Amino acid sequence: MFFAVVSLTILGSAMGLFLGYAARRLEVEGNPLVEEIQAILPGSQCGQCGFPGCAGAAQALADRSAPITLCPPGGRAVVQALALKLGVEANLSDVKDNVPMIAEVKEEICIGCTRCFKVCPTDAIMGAAQQMHSVFREACTACGKCEEVCPTESIKLQPIPVTLHAWYWHKPVIQPMQAVSA
Amino acid sequence: MKLFRLRGGVHPESRKELAADRAIRVLPMPGRLYVPLLQHVGAPAQPLVNVGDKVLKGQLIGAGQGVISAPIHAPTSGRVLAIGDFPAAHPSGLTAPTITIEADGEDRWLETEVASDPFALTPDEIAARVAAAGIVGMGGATFPSAVKLNLSRKNRVRTLIINGGECEPYITCDDRLMRERAAEIVEGVRLIRHAVGAIEIMVGIEENKPAALAAMQAAAMGTEVRVIAVPAMYPMGWDKQMIRALTGREVPADGRTADIGVLVHNVATAYAVRDAVRFGRPLVSRLVTVSGGSVVEPGNLEVPIGTLVETLFQYCGGFAGKPARMVLGGPMMGVELATAAVPIVKGSSGVLALTSGEIGSVQPAPCIRCSSCVRACPVGLLPLDMAAHIRAGDSTGSVALGLKDCIACGCCSFVCPSHIPLVHYFNFAKGELMEQERVKLKQEATKKLADARNERIARIARERAEAAAKRKAAREAKERAAKEAAAKAATEVV
Repeated sequence: MFFAVVSLTILGSAMGLFLGYAARRLEVEGNPLVEEIQAILPGSQCGQCGFPGCAGAAQALADRSAPITLCPPGGRAVVQALALKLGVEANLSDVKDNVPMIAEVKEEICIGCTRCFKVCPTDAIMGAAQQMHSVFREACTACGKCEEVCPTESIKLQPIPVTLHAWYWHKPVIQPMQAVSA
Repeated sequence: MKLFRLRGGVHPESRKELAADRAIRVLPMPGRLYVPLLQHVGAPAQPLVNVGDKVLKGQLIGAGQGVISAPIHAPTSGRVLAIGDFPAAHPSGLTAPTITIEADGEDRWLETEVASDPFALTPDEIAARVAAAGIVGMGGATFPSAVKLNLSRKNRVRTLIINGGECEPYITCDDRLMRERAAEIVEGVRLIRHAVGAIEIMVGIEENKPAALAAMQAAAMGTEVRVIAVPAMYPMGWDKQMIRALTGREVPADGRTADIGVLVHNVATAYAVRDAVRFGRPLVSRLVTVSGGSVVEPGNLEVPIGTLVETLFQYCGGFAGKPARMVLGGPMMGVELATAAVPIVKGSSGVLALTSGEIGSVQPAPCIRCSSCVRACPVGLLPLDMAAHIRAGDSTGSVALGLKDCIACGCCSFVCPSHIPLVHYFNFAKGELMEQERVKLKQEATKKLADARNERIARIARERAEAAAKRKAAREAKERAAKEAAAKAATEVV
């Protein structure tokens, strides 16, 4: 009897102390889901979703207060990744099936004002004052910030030209069978 | 010799009789050649010539870049007319970077280093010569051959298999090559063996090519090369099927043939290796079968790389009536050409002009789950289930069923009684998955850029703040010093 009480007391207090210590020491700061979601988002902080940058959007997604289709530059790939992460159905019908775009400088009317490359969140524009600006295709996320600040409308989002490397077969179209006449 | 059981496969009508008995003819040099910089699996070649440069036949005009790549050589002597985009032999009809050469009619070779005894060369030298000659797998896979040689030597392959399958209907260029140039092929085979140190050498030839079998057997007499007849069925020319027939071994799903100690090369590749090692001549021409019901005079032509497909058709007497479809390669795996104004590349084994009677145009009907495609699949996949996943928009689900192992041979589409375009589904899904992968990679890259930029902006702001603080401190110190000096002066005055 005595031994049972003592051993259980010791065991209980030891476990309690350990749990109390672990709760303090191993405390998780914030929701880890937010960080995981942020890792999925493009991270260009373009603000097209209406939140101040990708961190805000990730928080809203984790709180389930924003739809997973909120990120226009992310496109379908991000929607699918988010659906997988959050365990919700990806309703791709909401995603505007916009063709992948890319910023392009119309060289005749670029005045070299440097405004676009100052706002580009991924440093995808090269240029200098009074010099022609140019876009690195591989780095452009088509966030559209440059388009907004351009005074001469010389930088515009254009659909990415299809190259031999990126081309692939379209999905076969199944036509409904015609009824067989008797 | 005992052959091993094979999985799947179909028996399409061979239609090889159209061109099989036509001896190889050399195509007269066309006026202009369009040599694409990417004719192989891997990175495109980097152009080494400028517009207006004079080039000799066999001169290096494009250098391979990276580990998996192949150099490109001038197919004739002449002048570089242009370097730019030209329609590629591709179903999309898009353009690809191409070097255009205007032939001067002399067809003068660059002086090359002839090896008096190629068997005295070390394996390294042979591999280097093959690499420098820009040889790629000529059965259609166009994988750089030197990479395969080096990989095989590293893995100490035991068995060298030379693929004379040529299972695609209509195509007869390898058949003709074996009939007419068997001795050269056998020499090439022995050089490859010398380069990789294989113990066993087998040449597998489909039994529907008795003349080629006889010629090769005669040429291989007295050498260590064994020529073996294999059953005629499609896709016998798939390297892994050939390995299974001759050795009974199976290449693991995500492995290479070298993993099980086997190296497979095409007969035409062996021929090109002999040219490269003995005469130092790069791969600048190849045999192409011109066939199909619309071609007046089908045949087998030796064509410089970069010749337009239309030139080949013209040389073969043009068309008897408008062809319903033009195909580059065989009818099972070849690609439909929108225009005949595209160049022949290193991997082009044939060009076909088919009549409407030769092509099927039946509307697809629903799947009846007869599982004919499962029995036909040489890889052992479930084409009907894979296609169902893809049709429902779940390409990822089809990967779990083995989409990545699909070789797009077309057996399933061929046997489907409902005419479902199964291979089309698989090609689409493979493309879609690759596209998703590309998007993901780009997103990771742009995220790094965005992070770097944010960090830089924060650093600049911090440096500015620090500089401002420093200036402020300096100003204050100066003011304090001035004040103290003033105070001192005042006390001195007092």
